[in-house]
Amino acid sequence: MAEEKKSWRKPIKATKEMGRIMAEYFYELHDADQTRKQKIAWCTSVGPAEILRAMGFLVHFPENHGAMLGASRMATDLIPVANAQGYSPDICSYLTADIGSYLKGETPLAKAYKGIDSVPKPDVLVYNTNQCRDVQDWFAWYAEEFKVPLLGIHTHRNIVDVTEVYIPSIAKQMEELIPPLEEISGKKFDMDELKHVVALSRKCSDLWQEVLFTAANVPSPITFFDGTIHMGPAVVLRGTQAAVDYYELLLAELKERIQNGVAAVEGERFRLYWEGMPVWGRLSSHAKLFAGLKTNVLASTYCNSWIFADFDPEDPFMSMAKAYTELFIVRSDHAKEKYIEEMLDFFKVDGIIYHDAKTCPYNTNCRYGMPQRLEKKTGIPSLIINGDLNDLRMISDEQTKTNVEAFIEQLEERK
Amino acid sequence: MGAAKPVYVGVDVGSSRTKLAVMDDRRNLLGFAVRKSGTDFYATAERCLETGLQMAGVPADAIRYCVSTGYGRKNVAFSQDTRTEISCHAKGCYYYFPMAVSIIDIGGQDNKIIKIDDNGNRISFKMNRKCAAGTGAFLEEMSARLDIPLEDMDGLARRSTEMVKLGSFCTVFSGTEVLENIRSGKKVTDIVKGLFFSVIKRVMEMDSLTEKVVMTGGVVANNPYIVEMAAEIIGHEILVPEYPQLTGAIGAALYAMDIRAKLADTQSTEA
Ligand code: SF4
Repeated sequence: MAEEKKSWRKPIKATKEMGRIMAEYFYELHDADQTRKQKIAWCTSVGPAEILRAMGFLVHFPENHGAMLGASRMATDLIPVANAQGYSPDICSYLTADIGSYLKGETPLAKAYKGIDSVPKPDVLVYNTNQCRDVQDWFAWYAEEFKVPLLGIHTHRNIVDVTEVYIPSIAKQMEELIPPLEEISGKKFDMDELKHVVALSRKCSDLWQEVLFTAANVPSPITFFDGTIHMGPAVVLRGTQAAVDYYELLLAELKERIQNGVAAVEGERFRLYWEGMPVWGRLSSHAKLFAGLKTNVLASTYCNSWIFADFDPEDPFMSMAKAYTELFIVRSDHAKEKYIEEMLDFFKVDGIIYHDAKTCPYNTNCRYGMPQRLEKKTGIPSLIINGDLNDLRMISDEQTKTNVEAFIEQLEERK
Repeated sequence: MGAAKPVYVGVDVGSSRTKLAVMDDRRNLLGFAVRKSGTDFYATAERCLETGLQMAGVPADAIRYCVSTGYGRKNVAFSQDTRTEISCHAKGCYYYFPMAVSIIDIGGQDNKIIKIDDNGNRISFKMNRKCAAGTGAFLEEMSARLDIPLEDMDGLARRSTEMVKLGSFCTVFSGTEVLENIRSGKKVTDIVKGLFFSVIKRVMEMDSLTEKVVMTGGVVANNPYIVEMAAEIIGHEILVPEYPQLTGAIGAALYAMDIRAKLADTQSTEA
């Protein structure tokens, strides 16, 4: 298989700038942690970060830390520490890795950023159950540990159509966060500031969407694996000018690639859609595996999840409520299937990879017959790989490799 | 040089056994070999090659092309290309049964259900998940626990009069269940049949089956009673190739033939 060994992926130049703004973000949080001059809030990744920013909090995202624990492959050693505290190996391995990391006093931040030796301590914890129940339990553990207030938004789940039945109740919950947050921050809520932050978040989201949608080009200038790295600012810095500036830079580079016909995976033969979470500890080996087969996994539900097209600065609460509920993860299988179908068509996809992540049923969409239904409807074949976002004990690299190679051989036969 | 008839070799290096097939250009199986894979895949493959060529009655320089497959497909010094075992099983099965079928392959470490259409093209495949339940490894583990030789299992299961039902999903739990049954005085024959039944059940729950079903793999080769039991469960006959264990190796040899023909084509157009 001489061909397979010559993998070629094109590195993105903007990565360096992303490294810089992410470092700035972590050092700013670290500084606030040391001096306590600015208040720190912890927030879930698709939670009401805009409100927190508008009220002057610096925001730490435990899920981002969870992903770093996965990508640095520290997670697998730390998960058992939380398991021993009664947090099962079957539940969210962001949660178990993160709590394990705290209990052992080890963090990937220390390796990446000189002088930082721990995550910043919170003044308040704010979650949204739109994605799952695990975040509530996760934040509750820290609320107990740090003796700080725990606030939450409880979203309806498995929604078919996002209608008036749902939105006002979520918007109301968001508004009700304001008085306790004013008390914690010692600052009065300023509507204009919130509008400003929501406007910046919307800009970030629009640009992020444009970045991801460049993958519709043949050949695609970007891969899903690039997306999982470059989504960092959309997760932790949305609502800031830094994120907007960054995506303008990245988008310009990708547009240049398109103009020059530059492919992210040289000789792109097959175009795949990734459904589910990445296996953080295997990002580069998976990227290599597919590139070696001249296959670009170029789009995903996961990276698209930080597109919030409904943000409207003129109506912040209602529009945030809508945007954070419109999300794929909050929806019924029926709505999800419709969405994936559109994406398959838009990105001109040859096949789908479903990642059955052992510890995240919420981001796993192949357990209720969806692959079979979608395949029947679209004729696009799919493959399920078993794995996990963080817990590498759940992974067989050999089985993944054989399954992926066999899937590509199947696509070859069809061509 | 050139006197010996050209042959194509397929070698399937499984986690438990290495299988090799030698075929001529008219797709006749001339020779084959099966050996324990052991720890040195390279050496085992070489020894299989010697045996296979000897049986075929051809020298090594008669080999036109070789494709390897299976878990150790990259550990074969003499192969020029690789294909996954999924593709090779499909191709090997279609060689025996040129029709739309579902293939159930029960191997040493994994199971597969592969569906192919009328033209031999693969429609879908499923490989088993992380656990050994339902594989050859499960039967090996149980034979050790029950202290009965693996090769006696088929005969024992056939003599069962009242099969013991084992409900558990996992190999370790099944082991406990087996011990409980021994303690409560159940007959070994009935327990062994229960083990066979649990292997079949684990495989069947991986995917739905189409009308025609083929069974392959080492477990089937050594325990033909499993096929009879499975046929009873699905309610119709199950097809089994002449050498169920060689399906992957035969498929690999057929790929070798295809690839060689394609290479010859490109060379002639380039010339
Ligand atoms: S959605 Fe999944 S990965 Fe994310 S926090 Fe919830 S359980 Fe964990």
